[in-house]
Amino acid sequence: MPLVNGKYVPNPKAPRVAANEEPAYERAKDFRPVDTGYTIENAIEEANRCLDCKRPKCVEGCPVGINIPKFIEKIREEDFGGGLDVIRESNLLPSVCGRVCPQESQCEGQCVVGIKNDPIAIGQLERFLGDMAGEVGSTPKVKPKNGKKVAVVGSGPSGIACAAELAREGFEVTIFEAFFTGGGVLTYGIPEFRLPKAIVKREIEGLKDLGVEIVYDAVVGRWTDADELFNEKGYDAMYMAVGAGLPKFLNIPGENLPGVFCANEYLTRVNLMKANKFPEYDTPTKHGKHVLVFGGGNVAMDAARTALRLGADKVILAYRRTKAEMPARLAEVHHAEEEGVEIMELVNPLEFIADESGFVSKVRLQRMELGEPDDSGRRRPVPVEGSEFEVDCDLAVTAIGTNANPFAGMAGDVELNRWGYIETDADGRTSNPKIWAGGDIVTGAATVILAMGAGKQAAASIKETLLNQ
Amino acid sequence: MFKILEKTQYSENVFKFRVHAPQMAKHAHAGQFLMVRANETGERVPFTFADWNAEEGWIEFIFMVIGKTTTDLSQLGAGDEIADITGPLGKPTEMDNGSWCVIGGGVGLAIAYPVARALCAQGAKVRVIMGARTKDLLLLEDQFRELPLENLYITTDDGSYGEKGVVTQPLERLCIDHEIEHVFAVGPVPMMKFSALTCAKYDMPIIASLNPIMVDGTGMCGCCRVEVDGKTKFACVDGPDFDATKVNWADLSARQASYRAEEATAMEHRRETCACHS
Repeated sequence: MPLVNGKYVPNPKAPRVAANEEPAYERAKDFRPVDTGYTIENAIEEANRCLDCKRPKCVEGCPVGINIPKFIEKIREEDFGGGLDVIRESNLLPSVCGRVCPQESQCEGQCVVGIKNDPIAIGQLERFLGDMAGEVGSTPKVKPKNGKKVAVVGSGPSGIACAAELAREGFEVTIFEAFFTGGGVLTYGIPEFRLPKAIVKREIEGLKDLGVEIVYDAVVGRWTDADELFNEKGYDAMYMAVGAGLPKFLNIPGENLPGVFCANEYLTRVNLMKANKFPEYDTPTKHGKHVLVFGGGNVAMDAARTALRLGADKVILAYRRTKAEMPARLAEVHHAEEEGVEIMELVNPLEFIADESGFVSKVRLQRMELGEPDDSGRRRPVPVEGSEFEVDCDLAVTAIGTNANPFAGMAGDVELNRWGYIETDADGRTSNPKIWAGGDIVTGAATVILAMGAGKQAAASIKETLLNQ
Repeated sequence: MFKILEKTQYSENVFKFRVHAPQMAKHAHAGQFLMVRANETGERVPFTFADWNAEEGWIEFIFMVIGKTTTDLSQLGAGDEIADITGPLGKPTEMDNGSWCVIGGGVGLAIAYPVARALCAQGAKVRVIMGARTKDLLLLEDQFRELPLENLYITTDDGSYGEKGVVTQPLERLCIDHEIEHVFAVGPVPMMKFSALTCAKYDMPIIASLNPIMVDGTGMCGCCRVEVDGKTKFACVDGPDFDATKVNWADLSARQASYRAEEATAMEHRRETCACHS
């Protein structure tokens, strides 16, 4: 630590320590992680750039208010276990959030160093500490059992957070997971190259160490429901974290043609079912040579980059606005382009067209221009008349968002809003006094950190309610 | 893991498993399905419940050996385990009382049977049309005959048993005679499609239980989408039953056929790597 008269003197003008990224054209050939993360030396060097602000703006930018300067100070002191404990006060999934949070619009976007220089690489530092967990061995404290049982529906980031918090407080927690493996969107949605599944597995194993029971192949709303869990199985409360639901579609001709995928299916085949290893694994997928992806979010980027890794020669990501309006993390757009994904701005698909084999062979597109801002504050794309043109492809993927999960109203009697999402208060309470909910099924598709935060918030509310009964 | 309690063989390629799954048995309804993942490297494949018993804690499903997964399954026997079974999934078949014609074609007979049984149990008048390519592929005839049916019609494409021809022949006669008020059909796409066309001619309501390719089966991936009445629907959560006169059958059959080449590759790989044939 750079000290002058025993006092820490930061070095904000030093260049931001670069991520240890794999060469773009090599990594795009397989599913290896995009970057290998900071070394201890990297982390300390980057930590030395932090101003340790008295009123840290970065913390204001964090949706769950992690004490960022504090954990960075711990890195400077080489007290990695201590740093991890600081993060875990607010965030139970640092390895995940360090990789997938949109830092540029949260903590790093607010970082004061960023005004004149590059902001502190807070995401990289968070991830560094998260990944050190195995080595620094911080054993979570678990309170004695309090005799109350809670059912958590879904093992995605929100369910994991809620279950972990409650288990530590002495609750008997069971997670009901619809799939054969845990992690929710962290497993079926986010690709290996962005979030290694070993990390998700470690988080799930961590839950078991806390005494959480996980029941797989358990679809709440069909296989069991709130009535049965409360009245026959003795649960005192339920947390619904079933995630976002079915994909939205463009509703244009040809959308059901073979070779036209929605991103959820395209990614699930690879991430959950390992179709990239077919026929060693039984689930196949289509390996397009010329792939068109529609959308501008993280899921669209994931699909485009997955297509490259499945052997595509050309991948075009078509978006109806411009790069500036894309909701994806900056790093994802950057990585995608670096790996060879071409971005086509201001186009909208009109029709998928098949060849004589019946498979998609081209897409008819229309040019757009940006008009007045819409409700989201982004300028609305408006079609340019007479601008239609066609692009060849042998595979197309749509990634234009999701609707509410149809199981929202089936698992238990809770009030839904007009779009089918569960209504809750700030603590995650639903209209049913025994049921809490959080994550994408409340907010619509959002971020891992918000879902995690909602799980933690609901856990606190469940604890308060059940222990004061 | 899900333990196989009993294996029944109906023909060279058609088997029934009875599997220990008490929680599933407690919640299953006619028309619903389950997703099987045979082993750690397996794919997820939907099968409709053939039968279940909540008191004894088992469920049954029938499968025909067609591809890699069903071949793997057919090699298992009583005492063996299936890695994962998820269910019940999908909406139960909506059954009001009245006069019904239940049509099952090929392996679809395994789905038609519990629907016919449930209809009989609630006091509906039920006629059943069983269809198959040939006599050997006609499933569950004895079980159907044990039900208190108004009538049972059998057709085979090759005339080896029952009436020579297809299920729409007796269906059309029933429509003309006004002996039925509702039709339920399940089987290969052409059978369901032509049953729908026949019913449409006579303004006869018909629901079909659709069987598109699925990946997750729980309303997440969108693989099982079908166009019904011009709108995108998901067989796994909106179905599997739909108004058969409004289904875009061409879309459904194109999507069903879209992995034929990969299925052949999987079988080839199985032959090359399977220890039992070396």
